[in-house]
Amino acid sequence: MGIDTVLWSRLVTGMTLGFHMIFATIGVGIPLMIAIAEFIGIRKQDSHYTLMAKRWARGFVISVAVGVVTGTAISLQLALVWPNFMKLAGNVIALPLFMEVFAFFFEAIFLGIYLYTWDRFKNPYIHWLLTLPIVLGAGMSAVFITTVNGFMNQPGGFTMQGGQFTAVNPVQAMLNTATFSKVFHVLSSAYLTGAALLAGIAAFTMLRKGVTGYHKKALKLMMAVVMLFGLLNTVAGDASAKFLAEHQPEKLAAAEWHFETESGADLILLGWLNAEHKIIGAIHLPKILSFLAFGNFNAKVTGLNEFSPDEQPPLLVHYFFDLMAGIGFALLGISVLYFLFTFWKKRNEHNKWLLRIIALGAPLAFLGVELGWFYAELGRQPWILRGYMRVEEAATTSPSVRILFFLFLLLYIVLGAVSVLVLRRLFHNNPAETEMEKWAQHAGNKRSGKDAHA
Amino acid sequence: MSYDLIGISVLWLFLYGYLILASIDFGAGFFAFYARLTKQDHLINRLISRYLSPVWEITNVFFVFFYIGMIGFFPDTAYYYGSALIVPGSVAIVLLAIRGSFYAFENYGSKNNIVYLFLYGATGLLIPASLSVALTLSEGGFILKQDQTVSLDYWALLTNPLSWSIVGLAIVSVLFISACFLTFYASRAEDKAALKLMRTYALFWSTPTIIIALTAFIYLGQHNERHYQNMMDLWWLLALSVTFFIIALWLLYRGRRYGVAFVCIMLQFLCAFFAYGIGQYPYILDPYITIQSSVTSSSMGFALVVVFIGGMCLLIPSLILVFKLFLFDADYVKGKK
Repeated sequence: MGIDTVLWSRLVTGMTLGFHMIFATIGVGIPLMIAIAEFIGIRKQDSHYTLMAKRWARGFVISVAVGVVTGTAISLQLALVWPNFMKLAGNVIALPLFMEVFAFFFEAIFLGIYLYTWDRFKNPYIHWLLTLPIVLGAGMSAVFITTVNGFMNQPGGFTMQGGQFTAVNPVQAMLNTATFSKVFHVLSSAYLTGAALLAGIAAFTMLRKGVTGYHKKALKLMMAVVMLFGLLNTVAGDASAKFLAEHQPEKLAAAEWHFETESGADLILLGWLNAEHKIIGAIHLPKILSFLAFGNFNAKVTGLNEFSPDEQPPLLVHYFFDLMAGIGFALLGISVLYFLFTFWKKRNEHNKWLLRIIALGAPLAFLGVELGWFYAELGRQPWILRGYMRVEEAATTSPSVRILFFLFLLLYIVLGAVSVLVLRRLFHNNPAETEMEKWAQHAGNKRSGKDAHA
Repeated sequence: MSYDLIGISVLWLFLYGYLILASIDFGAGFFAFYARLTKQDHLINRLISRYLSPVWEITNVFFVFFYIGMIGFFPDTAYYYGSALIVPGSVAIVLLAIRGSFYAFENYGSKNNIVYLFLYGATGLLIPASLSVALTLSEGGFILKQDQTVSLDYWALLTNPLSWSIVGLAIVSVLFISACFLTFYASRAEDKAALKLMRTYALFWSTPTIIIALTAFIYLGQHNERHYQNMMDLWWLLALSVTFFIIALWLLYRGRRYGVAFVCIMLQFLCAFFAYGIGQYPYILDPYITIQSSVTSSSMGFALVVVFIGGMCLLIPSLILVFKLFLFDADYVKGKK
């Protein structure tokens, strides 16, 4: 029974986080895009960009609402499903959790103001300035919560005495060795995904309804952002791999199916394992793993066999890692291709095939984020606090957790379905061009009204 | 002052903030639904959505803030409350989720959907009911502890008049607070029809509020003698609470100074809430957790207090801005902006 509730606890949490991750990524990534679009709109006095910011913000609200409710669910579930973990670690991770709430608070306040004050200020820059606390709040809440996850991977900033954490140094716990690479990777991938999503939507609309000025501008702007954060994300991924090699070798070894410790280790792509743990059908890139891990082709990389079997992560994570990294490079590649086509006049950057690939990039980006997190979390098994507390010690013993799984599954299905329906209704029946015309008409009426008065 | 006292005072203040803000929100849901049933929705829907849409997220944060702070200052609470509340807590999450999503979806047409409006109204009453279980628990006697396993004694909870009176109190005070606020808001908007309707609601819900409050107090005396006695020693706070209630009622009845009336109601609940909280001292969960036994290490306590002060420097101006823009901007309230 004990083991059973542990599995259900893991499933409940995994499902909630997996669902929340979609909306959390949007929540972190999109505000920056809105801020950029509104700024360019004001600078260039091009109402296309202002409309972009407006439409994105409108869709963003839907995802924020779902993100808020699932986020609330997670923070409550932490104590409900993992009471022993929170009792032990609450002493150390309270600070970042607390700060995260403040960041969220800050964002919530200004998001409310931003959405309801579009036409209230004479100077357009004042309204634009409201985006800054939103971007900052969203980014900082990601930073703080990621430090908690970093702590679970690399506990530090305390001493263990009689099963309790004592001599706690909260700041040191937050700035653990895992924090930097994790925060960097989380932020860069969220901005990358946000841009890929909006670029994908623009490409998709152009495929269905033809190329228009509005969508062309949206696509070009977002592809530039994809390229920038695609590059940064690659750097961040590399930093993460180097961190793992040094501090959490079992996670990297499991991802790479690297069993024996050796110098000049190969990087293994895809493939599968037979019953004797022999790798079949994989692509071997000689010495690349050593280079990836330490920046040196002949460096020694710790193998998985160095760890006792009950401390080894599941080997499935290899595929998560490969796919995540593949998607990251693919997104960067797509943006490079787009700009090659743009500058190479003979090619049309809005040809059907390129647009299709860009549209496909949006779901791929989200898949990449999900796979990355699954890799990070499963790769840390069997620990909940690496080196200090195993998952089965942390879970609730209440048998009700099984029912919860189905309760929340139902909730997420309903929430997911309703948000898709609402978003569809919101944009499908109200294309950007129609809205643009309405605007122009409205402005025209106003002007002629004024003229009449004069 | 030690960190445990600072911590619990701050948290209690935030819980009080949530109580007021959330009551306005939850009650509005019920009134929106009820007005629809009685075909009076055209009077108050605009009023409700104009104030609530910009602030619902803020309301939600007050709640998250409270329990994250609770776990931060008193990590042991996570273990006891977390284990015991797994079912009611999850129910509350689902209800909050339904409600939270309403705000996003309502702008885009689902407002006219009676099923969704029903859910919006129903969650407004069910959420306070499910959250009030945590308060009942803290009185002790509802937790089963075997070896290392903590669970909730549902039978004891469901058969105890105290738990039902607390649920009842939560629901009627939500309706009372909300009706008073909306009366005030309607008077600011100079919306005569809405004002009349909301004033009727406010006057109506005042009676059950005070009756159930007294009932709950009597049952508390039967269930937890210590807590009851402590509260009796704070009789002046309770008397103050009743005085504010009477002033508010008089103002409502005379139909003037609705702002003052609402402030009086806030003070009424503030006094009662703090009398309840101080009376419970030093227990957080009778008899398992006291605030001294469960307080976090001093370095963490210090860090939390520093962050709290820093956070407040950021939040208070922002909150003032929100209130200026959406509550005290007469043109916005009247719907001109």
